[in-house]
Amino acid sequence: MLYLDANASEPLRPAARTAALVTMEADGNPSSIHAIGRNARNIMESARETVARHCFARPADVIFTSGATEGNVLAIYALGRDRPILVGATEHDSIRATAPDAIILPVRSDGTIAPETLDEALAQNPGALLCLMAANNETGVLHDIEFAAKSCATHGALLHVDAVQVIGRCNRDWLGMGASSLSLSGHKFGGPMGAGALIVRQGIEVTALTKGGGQEQGRRGGTPPLPAIAGLAAALGEVYEADKIASYRDEIEEFCINLGAIAPGGTAPRLPNTTNLALPGVRAETQLIALDMAGFAVSAGSACSSGKLAASHVLTAMGYGDLAGQAIRVSLPWNMQAESVEKFTMAYAAMVKRALRRAEHSA
Amino acid sequence: MKVAVAMSGGVDSSVVAGLMARAGHEVIGITLQLYDQGAATSRKGACCAGQDIYDAKRVADRLGIAHYVVDAEARFKKSVMSAFADSYAAGETPVPCIACNQHLKFGDLLEMARDFGAEAMATGHYVRRLDGPDGAEMHQAVDQNRDQSWFLFATTRAQLDFCRFPLGGYASKAEVRAVAAEMGLAVAEKADSQDICFVPNGSYAGIVEKFRPDALESGEVVAEDGRLLGSHQGIARYTIGQAKRLPDAAAHMVVKKIEPGTRRIVVGPRGTQSKTVRLRDVNWLVEPRELRAEVKLRARDTLHPAGILPEGNSAVLTLDDPALAAPGQAAVFYDGTRILGGGFII
Repeated sequence: MLYLDANASEPLRPAARTAALVTMEADGNPSSIHAIGRNARNIMESARETVARHCFARPADVIFTSGATEGNVLAIYALGRDRPILVGATEHDSIRATAPDAIILPVRSDGTIAPETLDEALAQNPGALLCLMAANNETGVLHDIEFAAKSCATHGALLHVDAVQVIGRCNRDWLGMGASSLSLSGHKFGGPMGAGALIVRQGIEVTALTKGGGQEQGRRGGTPPLPAIAGLAAALGEVYEADKIASYRDEIEEFCINLGAIAPGGTAPRLPNTTNLALPGVRAETQLIALDMAGFAVSAGSACSSGKLAASHVLTAMGYGDLAGQAIRVSLPWNMQAESVEKFTMAYAAMVKRALRRAEHSA
Repeated sequence: MKVAVAMSGGVDSSVVAGLMARAGHEVIGITLQLYDQGAATSRKGACCAGQDIYDAKRVADRLGIAHYVVDAEARFKKSVMSAFADSYAAGETPVPCIACNQHLKFGDLLEMARDFGAEAMATGHYVRRLDGPDGAEMHQAVDQNRDQSWFLFATTRAQLDFCRFPLGGYASKAEVRAVAAEMGLAVAEKADSQDICFVPNGSYAGIVEKFRPDALESGEVVAEDGRLLGSHQGIARYTIGQAKRLPDAAAHMVVKKIEPGTRRIVVGPRGTQSKTVRLRDVNWLVEPRELRAEVKLRARDTLHPAGILPEGNSAVLTLDDPALAAPGQAAVFYDGTRILGGGFII
């Protein structure tokens, strides 16, 4: 099986695996007073410092969570209180479901938001909370966070950045640009599942959704998943060959476009590893099943817990109409091999050939 | 052989998947997501898919086969639910399971199975596919109580050729459940599904009200000579031959005719039934020709000997003895256990 679904979860980094295993062997609860507890605490606080360094923050402003969904929810409750909430039309469900009454900022056909759209919405809703993803999970399209942060500052708004897809790939100093908070998740950059973080700008107060035992300085109760946190921190130090990954992605994309595919978001600034490929007239499910049977793991749209594929709300927001149900996402993992490019393109070509033959047959 | 199995999450299709896997085929389980379970049962927070899809996935895990959920909500709404309401509004008595088999299971799903390279599609229907001199033949299930051939008459010959129905040869449902238990499937004791899957509590008026509220507006009940006998609460609540829900003045009478335009229901004495029945959208599983066969006019009906005359996509039945034929229901032609074809009663 060739795994090309890194935006769902990056393969575990060896360094993360080692760190998690070592931590699992160490036992102990970081809240305990004794020596074993102190050791656990040391592991956790070292991890916090690594995350802080990587995200240009203070350790005290790193709140460990179960993942980015929890981080996003916590941010909206902490920062969005008594503020109008604005969200991009292509945001992840963890944002959209938490702020169902939010004002939606439409995107252009390339997946980006027009500066004037953003500016106007912030002007009309002074003192708002704007939630914007640094990179879109389905298309890889990057939002202009720098501009958004400036615009937020002008209009007295706060900015929460869902940074889940950029950490470890093309991370930047979001807080330095003016963001009030950002969320991340370990398994999206090669850590284990189950640990993530909400990182806030100095002075931003966060009230716990789960008070529990007052962990994380009273901002997130509950015993932290220490092995996953140690793995998360270890993964942050790993090399990511963005240029190489981008060249593989471009090669795949060009090949598929030559076979009739359309790449939504392809003209915008993007993550290095992501391409979204719409094949006119062929259901995403059919493409995904055919590729899965041929041994290639890709995804499409966003799957409900049932596994049902709904048409992509991201492509719908970009104005792709029916194509929103005919697109797959290919997201290359950090350990992508050169020979995997050809293996995938061959499989894609075979899938297209069958689909076109069927289309002719039924015409 | 690569075989797609239509898996509903019930015991029958689960056993079919198990039988296909046991026979050494590469099995791909597919579950159609037909409607929003949460909305249908008005249960807040319920998953769109509900327990059945979960069950199908767990059966696939247990059998070690691939499994996919395919979104067929839009298609189901249009081709089955909305058509169901339209049919009632036209004064008919529809059979939504036939429409679902025709458009979704043996239509879209079968096309999709072909698209990803399956060589056959198996379902949990109780019917037999036998190889005959002129290709695949459809026959009733061995277990007459379970036979579903009447619901499958609209399957085309090309579709039938591609399909497999491994349960048609089982003597009883108990045997199928025993196989499920032996395979270690958690659904072995699961209750049978109810009549119409998208009508959770057995009252279809809610569906009609949603799609065709006009079919639930009140109207007149009249005798065949036009005499006013009382009123009714919507033509969708009536079917030809029905004696229930008629006003007292129409006691001992039955519905003879439903007029959607005027919303009138015409009643008359029982027994004056017709010998001639006209059919639309006829599907033939043999070469269309004038022939004699035995005909079922409802799902659970006795066989009526009749002559059948094809007329393009239509046909005219001449029953040896008059019988009750409700528009919207199917008339299916049998030669012994074999299904020769069928059509919808006009």
